[in-house]
Amino acid sequence: MIGPGSGVGHLLSAYQSNGFYDELFGSASNPAHHAEAVRRRLGSLEFADLKRRASDAERELYNLGITFLVYSEAQAIDRILPFDVIPRIISAAEWARVEAGVKQRIAALNLFLNDVYHDQKILRDGVIPAELVLGNANYREQMVGVDLPHGTYIHIMGVDLVRDGEGTFRVLEDNGRVPSGVSYVVENRHMMQRAFPDLMQDIGIRPVDNYGMKLLEAMCEIAGPTPSGTDPQVVLLSPGPYNSAYFEHIFLAREMGVPLVEGRDLVVQDDRVYMKTTGGLARVDSIYRRVGDDFLDPLAFNPESQLGVPGIFEAYRKGNVALANAIGTGVADDKAVYAYVPRMIKYYLGEDAILPNVETHICREPEALQYTLDNLDKLVVKPVGEAGGYGITIGPRASKAELEACRASLLADPANYISQPMVPLSVCPTLVEEGIEPRHVDLRPFAITAKDTWVLPGGLSRVALKRGTLIVNSSQGGGSKDTWVLADDTTLARCAAERQQAFLQSQSQSQSQLP
Amino acid sequence: MAALLLSRYAECIFWLARYMERAENLARILDVNETFARDGQGATHWRPILQLNADQERFFQSYPAATAENVLNFYILDGQNPTSILFAVRAARENARQLRPLISTEMWAQLNVFYNRLLALGPADISLPNLQRQCAFIKEACQAHAGITEGTFFRDQGWYFYQLGKYLERADQTTRLLDIKYHTLLPQSGGVGSPIDLSQWNALLRSAAGYHAFRRINPRGMTPATVAGFLLFNRSFPRSVALCTHEIQQVLSGLTSKYRLRRGNLVLEKVDELQDLLASQSIETVINHGLHEYLDGLQVCFGTLSDGISRAFFGFDQPVAVTA
Repeated sequence: MIGPGSGVGHLLSAYQSNGFYDELFGSASNPAHHAEAVRRRLGSLEFADLKRRASDAERELYNLGITFLVYSEAQAIDRILPFDVIPRIISAAEWARVEAGVKQRIAALNLFLNDVYHDQKILRDGVIPAELVLGNANYREQMVGVDLPHGTYIHIMGVDLVRDGEGTFRVLEDNGRVPSGVSYVVENRHMMQRAFPDLMQDIGIRPVDNYGMKLLEAMCEIAGPTPSGTDPQVVLLSPGPYNSAYFEHIFLAREMGVPLVEGRDLVVQDDRVYMKTTGGLARVDSIYRRVGDDFLDPLAFNPESQLGVPGIFEAYRKGNVALANAIGTGVADDKAVYAYVPRMIKYYLGEDAILPNVETHICREPEALQYTLDNLDKLVVKPVGEAGGYGITIGPRASKAELEACRASLLADPANYISQPMVPLSVCPTLVEEGIEPRHVDLRPFAITAKDTWVLPGGLSRVALKRGTLIVNSSQGGGSKDTWVLADDTTLARCAAERQQAFLQSQSQSQSQLP
Repeated sequence: MAALLLSRYAECIFWLARYMERAENLARILDVNETFARDGQGATHWRPILQLNADQERFFQSYPAATAENVLNFYILDGQNPTSILFAVRAARENARQLRPLISTEMWAQLNVFYNRLLALGPADISLPNLQRQCAFIKEACQAHAGITEGTFFRDQGWYFYQLGKYLERADQTTRLLDIKYHTLLPQSGGVGSPIDLSQWNALLRSAAGYHAFRRINPRGMTPATVAGFLLFNRSFPRSVALCTHEIQQVLSGLTSKYRLRRGNLVLEKVDELQDLLASQSIETVINHGLHEYLDGLQVCFGTLSDGISRAFFGFDQPVAVTA
């Protein structure tokens, strides 16, 4: 039922989802009943009040230094990730499916990594082309035969999801190397708790603030036994204050209560890792590293690296130190390998993927190439080796010349490309200068895996703040929203019903007041 | 197991404290100098400030004349000048940035807001009519930092290194303050005991927030010797060299005993030497032998001490990487 009583107050009364699936309203065939209470509360706020609280929140983010660094004219400038105060709400039922899907995907990816660095059965069985894996720039020869605790390679995973026109969550991309953004999830929640306690009260939102504890547990779980049986010494390895994600490194070190170290703080002696403290060298057992494979160890990988720790790979190989994520996970989050993940899930787990991929045409396969060439103006063509939205041709928005250039590249090196249909990304009401308008969003849930997988309820909802744009990356003017996963959908429905009852009662004299 | 402290963190904390203390002292000096400049000789009073850190040469490379405007810009807003307030606060903030996993959120937020306010200042804000207000703002921001640190910074090893940096810098700044005034107030330059002379010693004490305390223990008079003696040797004045040295000694003992950082013992020997130097001579003897030379000697001691601390705790006998 959409209409009066469905939670549309005057603030949202002129709002139109423009035919996209809407995170607060759902769609005509699939309305978002679970968001009703929040819609009603939002609708009753004054626009000026909403604006004021939003600008207070942004100022606070800046003052607290919840920022990322951007470089302009050789100067480092602190920027906040623009924060939109209107939350995105996920029902308990929807979340259960996302959670199961993320766990399933990670299980398959870890089995895949363990396989390609050991027996390579999946390659021999021809499920995935061997050259796609073995010839991949992110495949690390050095990892062959290295056994890892619990067979876990991807300890920290971020899965990029989008919601299509039907409201189905689909996987757009896997981030199994050094996924970032989880600090914003937690800080956005803190911000909302300070700025909108009235909006959140009694809604039953699942908490996100135990991420650091869960991460620390996992880091301890993958560490080998310590000599004295004490708790393992965990550290977070950061490239340093000039890394754009430095705030997140601080945040995670603080939440885990472990030292944030840089490469220069660590030394390897006799294949063991130590950190330099005021009292001498102290043993390190488990490292959450936010430094890429290439830069981790100049002796094993890029010899030019100044950020890494010489000899750390050998210590790792011998099992004397744990690393998360493992080295060599990049081969699993490659865009071409991505296309094979549903087949991977079938191969290793005998299950269908709970979260479908976005329909993907692997241009190394002749029919797929032909289909792509025939429908170039309708498809998004992506090079497989690039990250961060580079080299992408968006067919429906490309000029004739761009399409021809894309055709030429495809024909020259088909194996380097995949193509996908344009997904009509879901929208969410978003506060903009003039009022509240729909803006496209995606969702990056975060999961931690040691022995088992735990998924943080919600994740990072990124929002494309420019009207009509589909690109949510922070480097391209994207912002973020708080993501609320409801603990229980029924409570909420009951809540709404009770309130309706209370409203009706308040309109007439109560029993007790009757003479 | 006692919590370990990364050497790099210890170094950053030590320097965070030093830079904030330095910024506060600079604001005090500029503030008091403005009161000098109100008298008949006006602008000539800004030139001696440049002797504070032997900055004359660098100053005249960038500025044509030692006018109030130029000197104030040089010491407050000039981010290229390593002895400016902006430079000190920026350096403090860069250290704090590395320390964010360790310091309280409130410490970082205050420093962040302070730095951004400082960045927003323009030449008009620090013109003579506005100077006192801005110096008060800077001083108070530094004091707010000290207060927030006192009230929120966890008292483990890191706290000791903070104290070490604070007292070492404060002792050093007090000798510099005294030194520059001593240059301008040499007896042979005339006017000893004249109203100008006295008002300047008076201002010197005020810049160190020591005037009232000095009065209380010296109600009968004020001579250059008693003022210098007070700033150097008084055991209760929070900015005196003797008190700061005593605190350094206490903090170092804490590090070596409570945290078993035995390398601290080498530094403690140097502190003992410094304490001997402070206890062995009366202010009259010091002045007879030359106050300037004595202050120079103290500054060399502080430098040696700082190096010793660095070697004992930060560098691990490896050269400390110099970062731009």
